Amino acid sequence: MPVTDVQHDLDALTLTITADFAAPVERVWEVYADPRQLERVWGPPGYPATFVDHDLVPGGRMNYYMTGPEGEKYYAYWDVAAVQQPSRFDFTDGFAVDDTFARNPELPEAANTYTFESTDGGTRATFVGSYASAEALQKVLDMGMVEGSTLAINQIDDLLAARAA
Amino acid sequence: MRMTEAEEDRADAWFHALADRTRRDILRRVLAGEHSVSALARSYDMSFAAVQKHVAVLERAGLLTKRRQGREALASGDVQAVRSVGAMLTELEGLWRGRIARMDELFAQDTPPLPQHPTDVPTDAPTEEED
Repeated sequence: MPVTDVQHDLDALTLTITADFAAPVERVWEVYADPRQLERVWGPPGYPATFVDHDLVPGGRMNYYMTGPEGEKYYAYWDVAAVQQPSRFDFTDGFAVDDTFARNPELPEAANTYTFESTDGGTRATFVGSYASAEALQKVLDMGMVEGSTLAINQIDDLLAARAA
Repeated sequence: MRMTEAEEDRADAWFHALADRTRRDILRRVLAGEHSVSALARSYDMSFAAVQKHVAVLERAGLLTKRRQGREALASGDVQAVRSVGAMLTELEGLWRGRIARMDELFAQDTPPLPQHPTDVPTDAPTEEED
């Protein structure tokens, strides 16, 4: 299990997860730089992601949708703020109204920073995501993962494995 | 700040409740919409009493609520319970952990060291986990 640390900051509404991957930094970076690889890891089970636009450069846009089990589509985007290949990138992610990928102003955005550092065994990745308010976080979960709770349960095996470790 | 004691207790109750495949499946169903316990029971190859027990565990963990309508007990997922900030972060954590696990799998599938006899290499070799 590569996850080595999880921090919930309830005041700052921030989640930080640290993971150690048995792969070099360049290899980890490639997952984000290659939309086809990103699609393989981004969407939760049953909700595959399709990246329509993929521009991992400062000011770049990533547009994607996730397709649910009933064929329903959820449109979302990343606005890429800063990129330091292959060690860090910053982006805000949010939901779009439809396949025009125009921002849905009723739904909040989250600020994210992903960093990758070289270690003896490979790469230490730190994923940080912050929400503006509890309401924002709730909206993201209500809408985002529409069946967000269901998704979490789908992932629960991973959580249990991590707790048992 | 890490999780508070109360949140840890609640997490323990949830993890216990969710450490069972049938209960996870029941919760998936009742989060999607209200189900009668008898309808749930028909979905599983086990006795009504056994399903009722699973429902009770989920109820005690605060993940599910029940109400009566005539002779029927109707169960729904308690979305509110899963909506506290701590729970929300835990939910996100699950999503992120899933992504990390999928990345790990992706790296594990990367070209292994040159095989001596390519035809002998199983296509789906199990990977060793180092812990």
